[in-house]
Amino acid sequence: MSKTISSAGFQGVSVQPKPLRRTFMLLAEQHIWVFLGLSLLLFSLASPYFLTLNNMSNLLTQAAFIGLLAIGMTLVMINGEIDLSVGATLALACALAVGLQSSIGVWPAIFVALCSGAVMGLINGTLLALSGMHSFIITLGALIGIRGIVFIYTGESALMVEDFSYTEIVEVYLGPVSLTALIFLGFAAFFQWMLTCTKHGREAFAVGDNAKSAHEAGIRVKRHKVINFVLCGTLAAIAGVLLSMRLGTAEPNAGKIWELWAIIAVVLGGTRLQGGWGSVWKTVGGVLTLAVLRNGLSLLNTPNYIELMVMGAVLVLALVIDKVLGFGHSK
Amino acid sequence: MLAFAVFLLVTSLYAPTFLSPGNILDVIRQVSITGLIAIGVTFVVITGRLDLSVGSMLTLLTVIMVDQHNQVGPAMAMAITLLVGALIGAVNGFLVGYMKLNALIVTLAMLSFLQGVTLFYSGGSNVNVADAQTTWFRFFGRGELLGIPAPVWIFVGTAFIASFFLLKTNFGRGIYAVGGNETTSRFSGVQTQKVVFSAYVLSGLATALAAIIMGSRVMGAQNTIGQGYELTVLAGIILGGTSLMGGSGTIWRTVLGISMLGFVQNGLLLLGYPYYVQWLVTWMVIILAVWVDLAAKRGKVFA
Repeated sequence: MSKTISSAGFQGVSVQPKPLRRTFMLLAEQHIWVFLGLSLLLFSLASPYFLTLNNMSNLLTQAAFIGLLAIGMTLVMINGEIDLSVGATLALACALAVGLQSSIGVWPAIFVALCSGAVMGLINGTLLALSGMHSFIITLGALIGIRGIVFIYTGESALMVEDFSYTEIVEVYLGPVSLTALIFLGFAAFFQWMLTCTKHGREAFAVGDNAKSAHEAGIRVKRHKVINFVLCGTLAAIAGVLLSMRLGTAEPNAGKIWELWAIIAVVLGGTRLQGGWGSVWKTVGGVLTLAVLRNGLSLLNTPNYIELMVMGAVLVLALVIDKVLGFGHSK
Repeated sequence: MLAFAVFLLVTSLYAPTFLSPGNILDVIRQVSITGLIAIGVTFVVITGRLDLSVGSMLTLLTVIMVDQHNQVGPAMAMAITLLVGALIGAVNGFLVGYMKLNALIVTLAMLSFLQGVTLFYSGGSNVNVADAQTTWFRFFGRGELLGIPAPVWIFVGTAFIASFFLLKTNFGRGIYAVGGNETTSRFSGVQTQKVVFSAYVLSGLATALAAIIMGSRVMGAQNTIGQGYELTVLAGIILGGTSLMGGSGTIWRTVLGISMLGFVQNGLLLLGYPYYVQWLVTWMVIILAVWVDLAAKRGKVFA
């Protein structure tokens, strides 16, 4: 906000813009919520089944999986990095949680699954810190490699849970909101707080904006990035464990191209790929907008190719809006 | 490169057929589809951009190729495929080059969009070439010339032409200039927007060529036939040592990178590992290759 106001200032004198303009700028900066509101309105008018408590609760649960990936992705992208391996990490955690529970018990299996996510994040982050390669390359490799590990572990076929009481762990509701959705929203609130109110959060923006000056200002840039990659991997693993509870199976192809959906949600929320800019809160807006579009379109019985085309169009539209409104001055 | 030589040697010790001429030709034929796409994408990568849409573009173009083959015959179908490929590339190029939108996101959007178009076009069903045994179209994927498979001819031929354009023409020098320093090249009179635009068109055309071979080889097309190709292609380009930052790289490096991937995969299969082990190895190969490349450039191992 401060950036835009000062740019509206006249020859160095900071002028408060007129109320109308200020409202417009606020709306422009928060355009993801306008998007979300419009699509909610559109689908409630189009389908009587859309704005029901049941469907909304369902929608939140569906959104939670991509949502957890997108939270981690936001952290990494504010740092100016990217993590393409989250979909594969999700599949690995999903497979481990299901595959290990018959031998070591449910909770230890979940623990191992979560650790696997943290370890994958640690590997990505450490490789980044040690080698200085771009994270796009490192995590592109990891995306291919971790999927290989998943297949080696599951051997091409889906794993099934033996005891279906496992799938009831997440069948807890607070009113209409499922535990899965609560976990997603809880993490979103936590990481939004972390970004805005803690040292680590403020450093994230500094590192993404200019890594060199952040380093000179005494921030341990490499350690900082490793932490964010570990967080991102762990969040992906949490999504994987939740998915295994929801489905009762672990499919080796689970989460394929979900990293792309997560990136789409984050970008819709206005986080820059160049880093130094973004908010978890607006990522939640992006995640919900995606979920509303997918859910609404399928309620209207549109064939799923329409869904895919709308996604593509919305994404380009978001970029264009970002550009036209003047926030998109790319480096 | 050294590690690759060691790999070739060790594998050939355990699997004697590995380095036989027949197997080498087989590998090159297998990589010719990814290789052709990679040649096109190399132009885009040298300008410092990305093209993630080639995987679903390959799917759509193969579906169009096969379907049109049944409707208007092979020659027209090939023309249509090339045209549509160029057109999709032009849309990418317009959005990235002229509108100056982020390449990663634009081509990601295109990936999703083209998946939709494919399903729309095919109605979700698989298409097959009706007269698969008799059509002359079978030459491109299954034919041979002088004992060498046709896809290999097309792949190597395209590589030669692309390499010539990249190294010997003003257009090619423009590509390097834009990737090296966009502002400088604009001030030196390079039409940067046009250069980026053309790079994407070339990427679309190369994918169309790949789709022609794919269609001819499979004589049919599923709606997921090209899924994941964009990543394999990028992996090959990176392995060849072309920097994603732009400004450097050659066609031959890409051909080498893609072939290395092909030999690793083929070698592991010959050694009797399940096909998915190759993914794990690909991960290590990519990290090692890029790290070694980077370490050699800066003269020390760690950043």
